[in-house]
Amino acid sequence: MTCQPLPRPRYAVVRKLFDNAGALLDTALVLWMPGPSTATGEDLVELHLHGGRAVVAGVEAALASLEGLEPAEAGAFTRRAFENGRIDLSQVEGLADLLVAETARQRVAALAMSEGGLRRAVEGWQVRLLDLCARVEASIDHDDEDDVVSGPIDADAAALIFDMTAVLASPPAERLRDGVRVAVAGPPNAGKSSLINVLAGRDAAIVSPVAGTTRDIIEIPVIVGDLPMVLTDTAGLRSDSDDPVEQIGIGRARGAITRCDVLVWLGQDSPPVAPCVLTVSAKCDIDAPHPADHVVSVVTGEGITALRAAIIEAAAEQLPVVGSLSLSLSQRTLLIETIAALRHLAGQTDDLLHAEWLRLARQQLNRITGAAGTEEMLDRLFGRFCIGK
Amino acid sequence: MMFHVEQSAYYDVIIVGGGHAGTEAAAASARRGARTALLTFDRTMIGAMSCNPAIGGIGKGHLVREVDALDGLIGRACDASAIHYRMLNRSKGPAVWGPRIQADRQCYAKAIARLLSELENLTIVEGSAESLVTHRGEVSGVKLECGRTLQSRAVVLATGTFLGAQMFRGIERTIGGRLGERSATRLGEQLRGLNLPMGRLKTGTPPRLDGRTIDWSRLARQPSDVDAWTMSPLGARKRAQVACAITRTNEQTHDAIRAGMETSPLLSGEISGAGPRYCPSIEDKVARFGDRDGHQIFLEPEGLDTHLIYPNGLSTSLSSETQAALLRTIPGLESAAIAVAGYAVEYDYIDPRALDHTLALEALPGLYCAGQINGTTGYEEAAAQGLVAGANAAAHACDLDPVRIERDQAYIGVMIDDLVLQGASEPYRMLTARAEHRLYLRSDNAATRLSDWGVRFGLIGARRAHWWAARRNALELVRDTGIGAKDLIDEVTVDSKYAPYVARLESEQRALKSSDEVPLAADIPWHAIAGLSTEMIERLNFARPKTIGDARRVRGVTPAALAALLITAKQRRG
Repeated sequence: MTCQPLPRPRYAVVRKLFDNAGALLDTALVLWMPGPSTATGEDLVELHLHGGRAVVAGVEAALASLEGLEPAEAGAFTRRAFENGRIDLSQVEGLADLLVAETARQRVAALAMSEGGLRRAVEGWQVRLLDLCARVEASIDHDDEDDVVSGPIDADAAALIFDMTAVLASPPAERLRDGVRVAVAGPPNAGKSSLINVLAGRDAAIVSPVAGTTRDIIEIPVIVGDLPMVLTDTAGLRSDSDDPVEQIGIGRARGAITRCDVLVWLGQDSPPVAPCVLTVSAKCDIDAPHPADHVVSVVTGEGITALRAAIIEAAAEQLPVVGSLSLSLSQRTLLIETIAALRHLAGQTDDLLHAEWLRLARQQLNRITGAAGTEEMLDRLFGRFCIGK
Repeated sequence: MMFHVEQSAYYDVIIVGGGHAGTEAAAASARRGARTALLTFDRTMIGAMSCNPAIGGIGKGHLVREVDALDGLIGRACDASAIHYRMLNRSKGPAVWGPRIQADRQCYAKAIARLLSELENLTIVEGSAESLVTHRGEVSGVKLECGRTLQSRAVVLATGTFLGAQMFRGIERTIGGRLGERSATRLGEQLRGLNLPMGRLKTGTPPRLDGRTIDWSRLARQPSDVDAWTMSPLGARKRAQVACAITRTNEQTHDAIRAGMETSPLLSGEISGAGPRYCPSIEDKVARFGDRDGHQIFLEPEGLDTHLIYPNGLSTSLSSETQAALLRTIPGLESAAIAVAGYAVEYDYIDPRALDHTLALEALPGLYCAGQINGTTGYEEAAAQGLVAGANAAAHACDLDPVRIERDQAYIGVMIDDLVLQGASEPYRMLTARAEHRLYLRSDNAATRLSDWGVRFGLIGARRAHWWAARRNALELVRDTGIGAKDLIDEVTVDSKYAPYVARLESEQRALKSSDEVPLAADIPWHAIAGLSTEMIERLNFARPKTIGDARRVRGVTPAALAALLITAKQRRG
C-alpha cells in the first residue's frame, strides 16, 4: 500500500497510502511495531489517517483486499493479548478499570481491586461458609464417630447473610467507572439547558427562549471536582403537550429521573423521588426566586459555586467510599444468589437439604473468586472435629 | 473354578492379590467372559478381613450396594456372614442412610471363596508375583517367585499394603503388610523402576482383645437392628445376631498414652507416610485434640466361634507395654488381655493420577490397579475399584467395551474420578460429602441406578438379571398406581421428595455440558498457558485432564484458569 519498505520499528513516519489500482488514498502517519513486545504480542501496524469517512472507508477497503487480513471484532485485541500471554486473566477486570480510570478516585478503587480487596472479603465469607458446610457434613458423614457435636448453624448463617447484605447495600462499582448520574429536570423553560452548559463548562445543550427546545435527553460525561458524573439534560415536564415528539421526550425525561442518583430540580412543585434531590430556583437575574435550596443565575453566576459544591457533595455520597468494597454488577448478582441460597436454610429440617443449599451458596460464591472445593471443606471438618473410631 | 490342576499357563487376565479388590476384580473379569487367574500368596487367605470386621457405613454402604447391584461379591458375602446389622444415620434423610454390618471373619472368607467357585473362567493360582513381564511396552504376564511365568494380555495389581510394606509397633520393626505374611517388595522395586509417581501412606490397627476378659456388665450395649434389611437384595440374614458395646477413654488413658509417646514411631518421625485424618490412631487423637476428656471405643465381636474383640477407636502403634497400660484405665477393659497387639503399617502406593478412569495405568498398557495400591482405604473402596479394574482388564484382553462409571451415576464414579484427578494425599475414604449428586445416589436405589447399565456391559449374571427384570416391573407399577411392596414405595417416595433438587442439579450439569466435553489434547503444555499459577500447572501435570470437564474438577483450578484452558483448547483445534 505504501510501495516503500517497512519503516524503523517504533518510529512514526509519513507515508502515502495507495489502493490496489494505484490511486492515492491518504498521506498518513505510519507506525511499525514488531512482536512479541507489543500490546497483543503480535506484529502491529498503526495507520493514523485523516478523519474523513471516505478516507477511512477507502483504506479499509484496500486493507480488506489484502490476504490474511480481517476486521477486528469487539474485544479481539484483548483476546489476542490474553492468548499470547501478554495479560493474565486474573488481572483483566482490575486492569480494564485502571485503563479507563479518569479520576484519582477511580484509580484508587481499581488498584484496590487488583490488590485483592474484594478477594480478601470474599475469602473471609468463603471460610465462614466452608465452616458451616463442615459442620453440616460432619453431622452427616461422621455422626457415629466419636464426638461430633456441631450444633445448629442458623445463627452463624444469619450473621453471614447480614454481612453480605451490608456490602451489597454499598454503591456499585459501575458508578465509579461510568459516573454518578446527575439529572437536571423541571418544567419547560426553567433554565435547565443553560444550567447544564454552565456545569459542563461548554455549550453541550441548545439553549433558546422557546419552551420545549430540548426534546431528547442529552447525556454529558464530565469530571467535576475529581468525581466522574454524567450530567443529563431532560425535556421540560408538562402534561398539556400535544406534540407527539415532545411527549416522547417527556417520557424519556421521566425515565432519566428514575435512573438518576442526584436530581437537580428546577420546578416549583415538589420534586419526583430520587436518591438525592437538590431544588434550584434558576434565572434569579430575571424572575423572582421561588423557595429552593439554591438560588442561582447562569447570567450573573450567582449561586453557581455553591450549587456545584452541593452537587459534588451529593455525588460523592453515591460513590463507593475510597478503599471500601465495591462489587461489579455480575459480582452483585452472584452475591445475591449466594444470599438467596443461604436464606433457604432457615426452617429446613433435613440436614441433607441444609447441605444442598450450602453447596449452592458455596458454588455461587466460588464464582466470584475461584473454587473452594470439597477438599477445602474436609480440611476444615477434620481440623475442627475429632473424627474417627 | 480349577483348584489344583491348571489347564494352561495362558490367561486373558491375571489378578495379583486375593483381598477385597482382587476377588472383585477376578469375579468381574470372569463375569465378562475373560479367562481369569487369581494369583495369591495363600489360597486360605482369600477374602481375609485384615482390619475391622465391619463392612459398610455412611458412603461405604453406598459402595457395597453399588458393587452388589453390578453383581459383585461383597454384598452377598456380607449377608452370608453378618452377625450384626446397623443402619447408620437413620435420623437423617434417606439418601445418607448407611447400611453397615459386622461379619464373622471366617464365614466372610468362606462366602467369598464359595462365590468365586461358582464362576466359570476363573482359576486360583497360589504363588508369589516376582515381577511383571512385558513385551513391546505392554504387559504380557506375571513371573512368579518359583520361576514360572503366567502369560496374559492384562494384569490387575490388587496388592493392598503388600508393596514395600513395613510394620511399626513401639520400637519394633517388621517387613510385611499383614501380620504373619510376606511383603511383595520386588514387585514394588519394579514399579518404582517404571518411574511412576509413588508415595507412602500409613494405616493402623488396634490391639485385639480376648472377650472373656472384658467386663461386659458395666458397658452400654448396642444391639443389632431388628428389622430384617440385608446388604444385598439377593441375600438373607443367616447368622445369629450379637450386640456390640461402647466404652470411653479418660484422662488416665490419655496420661498413659502421653507417657508412652517417646517410643511412638509416629512421634519419632520414622513413619513418613500420611495417615487418614478420619481414622487417626488414639495417640494422634490425644495429641491433636488434647482438650477432649475422652474418646468413644466400640467393642465389636470378630465372630461367633472366636472370643476376639476388635476395639474400634483404639488404633495404635505404641509399644505393647503402653497398649496394656492404657487398656487398664478404660472402664470394662481393666483386666482385658491382648491377643494381638495393635500396629501401624506404612506402604507404597501409586499416585492414582497415573491412572485413567478405567483404572488403567497409562504408562504401561494392559496394567490395571485397584485398592490400597491406589491410595485408598477400606474394603468397600477396594471392592469397588476391583470391580472396575477387573471389568476393564477383561475389556482390554478380549476387546470388549471399556467400563467408565460417571460421578452422577454412582459413588464408584465419584471415587474413581476423585482419585485419577485429585490423587490421594491421605488414604482415600468414601464420604457422602464428596458426592455432589448425593440426593440421587442413595443406597436404596443402587439397583435402579446401575442394573441396566451393568447388563449392557455383561457384568450381571442370570440370577440377578432375572431378579432385576421383576423389580423393574414392580417399580413401574408403584410409580403408576402407588401399589407395591414397602421398599419399592419407599424408593419412589424418596425419589419424589428430592426430585426438585435433583432436577436443578441436572440442569446445572446440562449448562456445563458443552464446555465440559471439549477435549484437551494429551500434549498440551500447561506451563505455557497464560494465567495459570505454578500450583495449578503442577496439579494439571499430574492429573492430565482429558476434557475441560475433568480440568474443572481438578482442585484449585479457578473459573479464570478454565477460561484460559478453554481458549487454548479451541485454539489448538483451530
